[in-house]
Amino acid sequence: MNYMDEFRDRDVVLGYAAQIRKLSEQRPEPMAFMEVCGTHTMSIYQYGIRSLLPEGVRLISGPGCPVCVTPNRYIDRAIAISRLSDTIITTFGDMLRVPGSSSSLMEERARGADVRIVYSPLDAVAIARKNPCKRVVFLGVGFETTAPAIAASILAATGDGLANYLVLAAHKTIPLPMELLSSDPELKIDGYICPAHVSAIIGANAFRGLAEQRGVPCVVTGFEPADVMQGVEMLVRQVVEGKSRVENQYSRVVTWEGNCKAQSVLAQVFSVCDAEWRGIGVIPGSGLEIAADYAAYDAEKVLPVSVEETREHQGCRCGDILRGKVSPFDCPLFDRACTPESPVGACMVSSEGTCAAAYKYGR
Amino acid sequence: MCLAIPMRVLSIDGDTIVAEIDGVKREASLMIIGEEIGVGDYVVVHAGFVISRMDEKEALITLELMKEMKPESATASA
Repeated sequence: MNYMDEFRDRDVVLGYAAQIRKLSEQRPEPMAFMEVCGTHTMSIYQYGIRSLLPEGVRLISGPGCPVCVTPNRYIDRAIAISRLSDTIITTFGDMLRVPGSSSSLMEERARGADVRIVYSPLDAVAIARKNPCKRVVFLGVGFETTAPAIAASILAATGDGLANYLVLAAHKTIPLPMELLSSDPELKIDGYICPAHVSAIIGANAFRGLAEQRGVPCVVTGFEPADVMQGVEMLVRQVVEGKSRVENQYSRVVTWEGNCKAQSVLAQVFSVCDAEWRGIGVIPGSGLEIAADYAAYDAEKVLPVSVEETREHQGCRCGDILRGKVSPFDCPLFDRACTPESPVGACMVSSEGTCAAAYKYGR
Repeated sequence: MCLAIPMRVLSIDGDTIVAEIDGVKREASLMIIGEEIGVGDYVVVHAGFVISRMDEKEALITLELMKEMKPESATASA
């Protein structure tokens, strides 16, 4: 059995709600915990987790949706590449509708660009194999969960001797922005609901610095409602007891060391670089670029295109939402000019964006 | 984006497995997993790659802990 139902047990969820309430009464000051994974954001809205928590326990959504934190400049570059002749753009589905400065990949496709949604980057490699006279560019966006898969696709292309597979990489790593936001006096984060599947790759140990040096409690947490409630309960308990350590609620999938094979594939193909995050700006060392040995697969190096000047969307509060400063309901465009049907900002486009989750489940 | 689902392994052929959830079958690559994967295991699949094997023992320990949260009446009837 895959235990899906067991981790959705209503009695367990309500039991944790009661336990959290009881624990939080031991501390008069309110507490705020941030989740930094879009799938957590979705779970929290979908299962109405906030409504189960006492007033003194707040959950804040952080920069956990890779599509949302991808800056306009990347989208604009992908659009410029999609306009080149003999070029096929391959991507995960949620990049398609993200508005760049003046267009989106969806609009480009309507104008004739060859843009294809794939389930796996290996499907993109297969497209490159079938179309030797065209170049196939995969849009490599995502955190540490996704990056090793993209790295593996480059190794697969190398193994096949393919010269027409390229990756436009904008991968990011999550611990550094977590450290940055934890020291923001305005946010006052009391603990992190650490990402589940990112941790499957990087290991729960990756958050030790955050917990042990910076004093921010961390709990690696699964995605099912009972997981999230147990994770929050563990965080509240740490705060009440004045502790600050890394705990692993999701031990059925995540180990302390993480997935060493994935880590080594990642280190082989990518090297660390600075990265721009929508709403946060450039965070040194928080990005991954294709390593020099694999430069032949780096679309940014191989395909010089002129990219239009970046324009931000008027009135859109995505940046503040990604920093946890405001909620979607504080944005003047939310549910008015910006809806999932006609999104203005990235947080409404991606299915796991905070605004999309708030629109679907939170209204 | 980081959504990954636990799927049951139906068959293994070299570096590729076929896994299933709710009747939907998917191929996934073993390129980025070092652990031995066997038929019948539950694995976490993301973007066409197996990223983790679900540890049944750990799952049961977590469930045991969770059971303690149930009100008395619910545990009795379970």
